[in-house]
Amino acid sequence: MNFSPIVTMFYLAALIAIVASIKVVTRKNTVHALLYLVISLIAVAVCFYLMGAPFAAGLEVIVYAGAILVLFVFAIMLFGLREDETQYAPSHHGISMWFGPVTLALVLLAQLLYTINHQGIQQQLSATVIDSKQVGILLYGPYLLAVEIASFLLLSGLIAAYHFAKDVTHGGQQ
Amino acid sequence: MMILAWLPFYPLISFALLIAFQRQLSWKLASVISVTTVLLSALSSGYLMWQLSFNDVTTLSVNLWQWFTLTSFDTGDTHQVNIAFYLDRLSAVMVCVVSGVGFLIHCFAAAYMKEDPHFHRFMAYMNLFLVAMLLLVLADNLVLLYLGWEGVGLCSFLLIGFWYKVPENAAAARKAFIITRIGDTALVIGLLFLFTSLNSLEINTLNTLAQGEWPLTEQRTFWITILLLGGAVGKSAQLPLQTWLPDAMAGPTPVSALIHAATMVTAGVYLIARMHHVFIQSPEVMTLIAWIGVLTLLIAGITALVQSDIKRILAYSTMSQIGYMMLALGAGAWSASVFHLMIHAFFKALLFLTAGAVIYALHHQQNIFKMGGLLKRLPVESAFFIVGLACLVALPGTSGFFSKEAIIGHLWQSPTAGPIFWWLAIIGALITSIYSCRLFFLAFMGSARENISIVKSDGVLIKASLSLLVILSLFGGWLNIDLTTVFQPLTTQVMKQEPSWLHSVAVATPFIGIAFSWWIFREYRLGNSTKIAQSYQSIQTNRVKRWCYSGLGFDSLYTHLVVTPFMFIAKVNRKDLIDQLVMLCAWYAKLLRDVAASLQNGLLRWYAAAFACGLMLWLGAWLV
Amino acid sequence: MTAIPLEHILILASILFLIGFVGVIVRKNALFILMSLEVMLNATGVAFIGAGSVWQQADGQVMFMLILTLAAAEVAVGLALLIRMKHQYRSLDIDVLSDLKGQ
Repeated sequence: MNFSPIVTMFYLAALIAIVASIKVVTRKNTVHALLYLVISLIAVAVCFYLMGAPFAAGLEVIVYAGAILVLFVFAIMLFGLREDETQYAPSHHGISMWFGPVTLALVLLAQLLYTINHQGIQQQLSATVIDSKQVGILLYGPYLLAVEIASFLLLSGLIAAYHFAKDVTHGGQQ
Repeated sequence: MMILAWLPFYPLISFALLIAFQRQLSWKLASVISVTTVLLSALSSGYLMWQLSFNDVTTLSVNLWQWFTLTSFDTGDTHQVNIAFYLDRLSAVMVCVVSGVGFLIHCFAAAYMKEDPHFHRFMAYMNLFLVAMLLLVLADNLVLLYLGWEGVGLCSFLLIGFWYKVPENAAAARKAFIITRIGDTALVIGLLFLFTSLNSLEINTLNTLAQGEWPLTEQRTFWITILLLGGAVGKSAQLPLQTWLPDAMAGPTPVSALIHAATMVTAGVYLIARMHHVFIQSPEVMTLIAWIGVLTLLIAGITALVQSDIKRILAYSTMSQIGYMMLALGAGAWSASVFHLMIHAFFKALLFLTAGAVIYALHHQQNIFKMGGLLKRLPVESAFFIVGLACLVALPGTSGFFSKEAIIGHLWQSPTAGPIFWWLAIIGALITSIYSCRLFFLAFMGSARENISIVKSDGVLIKASLSLLVILSLFGGWLNIDLTTVFQPLTTQVMKQEPSWLHSVAVATPFIGIAFSWWIFREYRLGNSTKIAQSYQSIQTNRVKRWCYSGLGFDSLYTHLVVTPFMFIAKVNRKDLIDQLVMLCAWYAKLLRDVAASLQNGLLRWYAAAFACGLMLWLGAWLV
Repeated sequence: MTAIPLEHILILASILFLIGFVGVIVRKNALFILMSLEVMLNATGVAFIGAGSVWQQADGQVMFMLILTLAAAEVAVGLALLIRMKHQYRSLDIDVLSDLKGQ
């Protein structure tokens, strides 16, 4: 089998994504799991980039790893770590806790730098890339209705989130 | 035509009225309604009889409406079953007997049951009984006949158990119902067999078929006739199924008269007479009928010799007289049998009703060992009773003489009977005269053994109806009914030499019996109370007498043979195996329910897993 | 046409999906279930993007963006519900929510 550099890079990123995902599912501590989830998403973003979809990779990092996971963090903060989570919370902030995520993140960073600097990979990618312009044309052309529906979905999500999360004892009963 | 169509339905109107209004009708109104409707039936049957006898009409038939349609399995032919009546000489005689005697019994019952709190219910049942019996007799096809047959069975159950609060009465009613049910089941199987074989249930069609080319094999005919005979045996209380009749005495006396004299027990005889063309096809069964008849009349006579209850004696004598009718049927003496049926209806109704009057006068004392001396104390009733007994014994000059002689005279030469039946019938007649004398001596002669005052009954109705029955019993023999248009004589007459002494022996037999009992029962006759008490004791102590008293042990035989094993099986199968099998379905359903319920456990993750499994199965199936 | 074979992309997507699904089934903590759902949605995104790049069509990315909005809305609502659950039951154990069982 012919292992071109781009394919090797893809396998590596995929491996990281799988490992990080397994970690997400098996961790006991919520925050640690969240860290691994970020790693997993970034690894998938690297995969996207290697598949020739830099726009999607960017969205993945910005929206998923950026916005959605921040939402998680906020939620965890709201729950508080007093009850069932405290027993799993790290008793000492030693190296063992952040070692795994940091290693994986560093590998990904190395991959990214290597990919950007590698001439052959860049050439291959520029031949097959689907840029944001194409996506934009399609999105505001045939998929306009889907975009509208998606906006409605987001709006209803917003309203529902506001409604559910509202404290019943204070605001809900008027 | 309208007369014929309405004939069986008059009492039905009365039944409906009595059941609907119950106590709101006064005694007078209720009895007038019930008796008048029966009188209407009796009058119309008399009119029809007169028409048949003196005009040139031989049959009348009327088709009321179509009941339902039967479809043959094999050929797909349809056969309509109609509510239709058919009247020829035979059914005309039966209708006259049923409605005429039924009318007299109704008159008697209206007076006899006057004090009973459930008088209305009683009269309603009696009316319904008559409706069913008239339907049975007039039926044009066997299905309608079966309807009447079952209706009669139902009403006899209701009437025997009329005083249902006494456990013995309820038990007797159940016994009568269940035992006749055995016969009825045989009958209905026979009817279905007949229908599948011949594709018709109309009596006329069947008889025409039987007179021409009979299309069935010998074996088939044998089974059909034997099943029909089973039904007749059950209803007429003949040999294997006779045990219900004595217990049926638990009902009120008019019921006993109605069941035994006029109606129910003669249904079996009527069925065989009606279907006699079919029975002729199977000579073995004819001989079997003769054997059943002769054995029943002997057994019943022997049993009657040791009974102490006046009504039970009469019941056993009924059994034996019906045995005579069966014997006559088996010998092919159809018209003699029907003639005896009619005469027997007269004198047995007379005997039962007189016995009822006696019992009423003696404060419901039925034990003849405790009666005695009634000849002086109740002269009128005694005279009636003497007439009835004279008919039963067949003294020359009475109607019973004519009918019984007609039967016995046929036996010697009959191809399906023979000399041996003749001798047995003569012995039966001898026994009849002996037990009649014993009954008469014990109850009516001698002196009163229990000093109880006589209840004077002022019922004009009772006296009037009894007098009419006396006249009928005495002179009924002169009613010459020509039934040759209905009956076909047995063709294969074997000409045996008939000895010259035959008739003189037959005539002399009752006198021999009376003379014998005059001598052997002299203690009873003279009223020797210690001897009588001794012989009353000996019924319980003497083993042979006790065996005879219990009806030759048929009851205990059936108890050991049928009831005990059945109860054993019932006890073993208390939990009902079949039910368990059925419950298995329920058990599976319950199991499925439990499985389904355990799936619905409220665990979200479990649902998700089930969802995924289903999706995978679906996807897998789709891919493969 | 990328150099990466489509089969491998789809294998990656399935593995990620499976991991997410196992997470959904085995974890009792509702927050982990939500995270596992994110992993699953992400896996579908991989499949779309992969297909789009193999056939050189932009539709795959459009689909991915729709999935993205779906994930955002879902997480918003889900987290709001979790907050509510925490208030009501003092627990994030998903098995506490078993009122559907009856009784």
